[in-house]
Amino acid sequence: MSELALQRTRTRKPTRGHLLTTLGSRFLSANAILMFVFLYVPILVLIVFSFNKATVIEGGRVVAATIWKGFTLHWYEVLIRDARIIDSIKNTLTVAIISTLLSTILGTMAALVLERHDFRGKLWFDAVLYLPIIIPEVVMALSLILFFVLIRMPQAILSLSSAVSAISFLPASVVSWLARIVNVTPITIAHVAFNISFVAIVVRSRLGDFDITLEEAAKDLGANEWQTFRKVTLPLIMPGILAGALLAFTLSIDDFVITFFVSGPGSTTLPVRVFSMIRIGVTPEVNAISSAMLIASIGLVILSLFSERR
Amino acid sequence: MGKYVLSLMERMRRSKNVQVLGLLSPSAVYLLVFFLLPLVIVLLVSLGKRGPMGSVVYDWNLDNYTRFIDPIYFKIFVRSVWIATANTVLCLVFGYPFAYFIARRPKRWRNMLLLLVMVPFWTNFLVRTYAWMIILRDSGLINSLLMLTGIITEPLPLLFNQNAVIIGLFYGYLPFMVLPLYASIEKVDFSLVEAAQDLGANALTAFRRVVLPLTLPGIVAGAIITFIPSLGAYVTPDLLGGAKAMMIGNLLQQQFLEVRDWPFGSAVGFILMVTVLLATMVYFRTGGKTV
Amino acid sequence: MSEKIAVELRHVTKRFGDVVAVNDVSLQIRDGEFFSLLGPSGCGKTSTLRMVAGFEAPTEGDVYIHGQLMGLTPPFQRNTNMVFQAYALFPHMSVAKNVGFGLEMKKVPKKEISRRVEEALELVRLPGFGGRRPDQLSGGQQQRVALARALINRPEVLLLDEPLGSLDLKLRKEMQLELKSLQHRLGLTFVYVTHDQEEALTMSDRIAVMDQGKVLQVDTPTDIYERPSSRFVADFIGETNFLECTVLKWDGDYVELEVPGMAPMQGRSAKELASGDKVTVALRPEKISIQKEQPAAGGNCCQCTVESVVYIGTDTNYVVRLDSGQSVRVREQNIAPSLRVEVDEGAMAFVFWHPESALILPD
Repeated sequence: MSELALQRTRTRKPTRGHLLTTLGSRFLSANAILMFVFLYVPILVLIVFSFNKATVIEGGRVVAATIWKGFTLHWYEVLIRDARIIDSIKNTLTVAIISTLLSTILGTMAALVLERHDFRGKLWFDAVLYLPIIIPEVVMALSLILFFVLIRMPQAILSLSSAVSAISFLPASVVSWLARIVNVTPITIAHVAFNISFVAIVVRSRLGDFDITLEEAAKDLGANEWQTFRKVTLPLIMPGILAGALLAFTLSIDDFVITFFVSGPGSTTLPVRVFSMIRIGVTPEVNAISSAMLIASIGLVILSLFSERR
Repeated sequence: MGKYVLSLMERMRRSKNVQVLGLLSPSAVYLLVFFLLPLVIVLLVSLGKRGPMGSVVYDWNLDNYTRFIDPIYFKIFVRSVWIATANTVLCLVFGYPFAYFIARRPKRWRNMLLLLVMVPFWTNFLVRTYAWMIILRDSGLINSLLMLTGIITEPLPLLFNQNAVIIGLFYGYLPFMVLPLYASIEKVDFSLVEAAQDLGANALTAFRRVVLPLTLPGIVAGAIITFIPSLGAYVTPDLLGGAKAMMIGNLLQQQFLEVRDWPFGSAVGFILMVTVLLATMVYFRTGGKTV
Repeated sequence: MSEKIAVELRHVTKRFGDVVAVNDVSLQIRDGEFFSLLGPSGCGKTSTLRMVAGFEAPTEGDVYIHGQLMGLTPPFQRNTNMVFQAYALFPHMSVAKNVGFGLEMKKVPKKEISRRVEEALELVRLPGFGGRRPDQLSGGQQQRVALARALINRPEVLLLDEPLGSLDLKLRKEMQLELKSLQHRLGLTFVYVTHDQEEALTMSDRIAVMDQGKVLQVDTPTDIYERPSSRFVADFIGETNFLECTVLKWDGDYVELEVPGMAPMQGRSAKELASGDKVTVALRPEKISIQKEQPAAGGNCCQCTVESVVYIGTDTNYVVRLDSGQSVRVREQNIAPSLRVEVDEGAMAFVFWHPESALILPD
């Protein structure tokens, strides 16, 4: 640029256009900061106040106050000793592990077929696969209650549960776990129903990147279908499968609506238990368990990120 | 004979259909039995009538559906649509500049910022909604602060109304809106904006005439995936709305588990499902892509 | 090269829906031969190769390998190995594991596998590369690993699907010579697919030229080049000028042809030709000479106008226009500056060629 032109730009007054650009970027930054604050303040508030000493007696009950009175771990101690919470955590994990396993296997199989083959009725199956994600949880929950009642599931679970509890030739701890698995079966069934779709979607998107000539090369070198799958395909799509499994696990642990509707007595999961506690009232213990869940989720996310990075 | 069996096995092994059937049938059967069948049952029950003690009398009538048009119930439907729309608009208004901001950062910042947006999303929805109870209630954070500083003397009724529900939904669904918006904005070639400015458009006009139209697919996608789940919300209106801000999901639960009118509850559920499916089809018609 | 047949295709047709990719192809590939399938994209050469490998089954016809009918035998039961176009190296395995994969499938003991892997890597001039991973290798190195992975299994037939396509020119020429020498040393049968005619001419013992699913000519490189059997082959391989002529008379050996725009042309034809037959004569540019003055009598000669002169180092390419209006390409080797033909653009000149260079193509 010539000397003259340079001079002109330096001494030019800020134009309306220039102001607009600056204002625009100021606005954008301000909004972004506001949004981040908005996103994180509730979480921080929850965590901070779970350590709060102050309580207020409201209607004869201890209620958490939002005035800071001092740091305490008391509410977490109460939590650890709460038998119903411990029991619900065990139920939550049982459901999550079993449903993740089943839905990952079924979802991966479905993804493999959908990504690789064209067949009559593929469009229909695709639609059915995506439905659980679109349908509101309340509707799905409702449908499952009706279904379970119709096939007399509650009665079946009850009889199976007492039958299992009566087993004497196995150690008591094993028997109680078996009984637990039986009790949460309706919930497990429901979780698998919606998780198949999520796993299938995640695995399918990763499958798109898979190079099929690798399978041909393996076969050319003497590997039959099963050996090709085991030694070449599976190792390479494993990251996708694990991502799907992680998603299924997270969705299962966090699920509330479907679980709430479908669970019978004696098979409460953690979110359902927390909900009942909230219904009763905002207590410090609720704060504590909520914060614990928050920290656990965030921890899980960070963990999965580190494993991806590797 | 042996040769025939062998070649038959070869044909089967190669047969695409056998492979497809083998891999597909477990999930197909599972979804058929535990997903589709229950939904059909919902439809069937909705055509019945509530019998004594909460049982179902299969009458085959549309009474439950005509009952839904009754103002008491239809009002809830309208309210749900209104709340879902309000939530979507809020998410769009605040989410678009947010997504734009992130998309215009240097590359190495973008993923980190997106991650920060997603982290709250990965925590339990119930817990996050509960956090708003703490903030909005009479002895909650906002009221305590306002009273402490003497701005007000009586607590403001921030909780248990429609606005609280909207705030709660906005909090929950903001990340849902930001992601597709971000994806769309990021794809825009910003030398087009420079070209517009070179031709005389100021920043605002360039945005309005170049960036906005190009990011329209992202806007539509974000709007739909925010609106549809908001319609079927249950937890947020239940915890934050109380009796005054009942949405379809709550009506469903009430009729089903409290009033024990299964046929009517099923009808409500079926109406909700159909509404959602229609909205989804609109999305696909406007060229939306699957996930 | 023995007379034993390594690969035979009998009336093989392959259809994909409505598309006929391979149309009634019959081929016999001899043991120890370097056999190329040459043709433009979509001519069916890769589909043919894949049927030999076992990735596709013929819609009609049969594939035989060393006399055995292949039928529906899957690739992992055939004694062929393929070098893929994009190498298809397993990204999650080391080079050693990649190369040894075929032996692993045959349940060869581990110690022998590592010995033979090292041998194979030395064969392709990559000694000690066993511990590396495919993404750490250059294109040329990956290609050699793919080759080692196939050769280590001592296949009856090695199939190569345009393996040198993604290499740069210099590397490609090096690899062509290396592949040829490897094939010769090992005495294996190579079936090589390519669209690069120079590559096919360089390496092959015989070439099958394909177009639109059909095999047009199977011959040695010399015969393919000097005696193309059809217009397509003459055009696809090297450069050719085509002249439409009418037969005036044929004396059993030499033929006199009427050509628009010049005096009657002399050609040779072993095939019987009748007076009045319309034929196409193929004339390669390098077989035509050009000079300013009228050449001495004998041979075919024609007056022309020079349209362009392009110097490309080894040769000078001319485009001339005959009196009939037809353009003809001429190529003269630049032997020495003093011998260079001083013909300028726009000037008049004479082109001439030997009767034997005039190839009469069947219609």
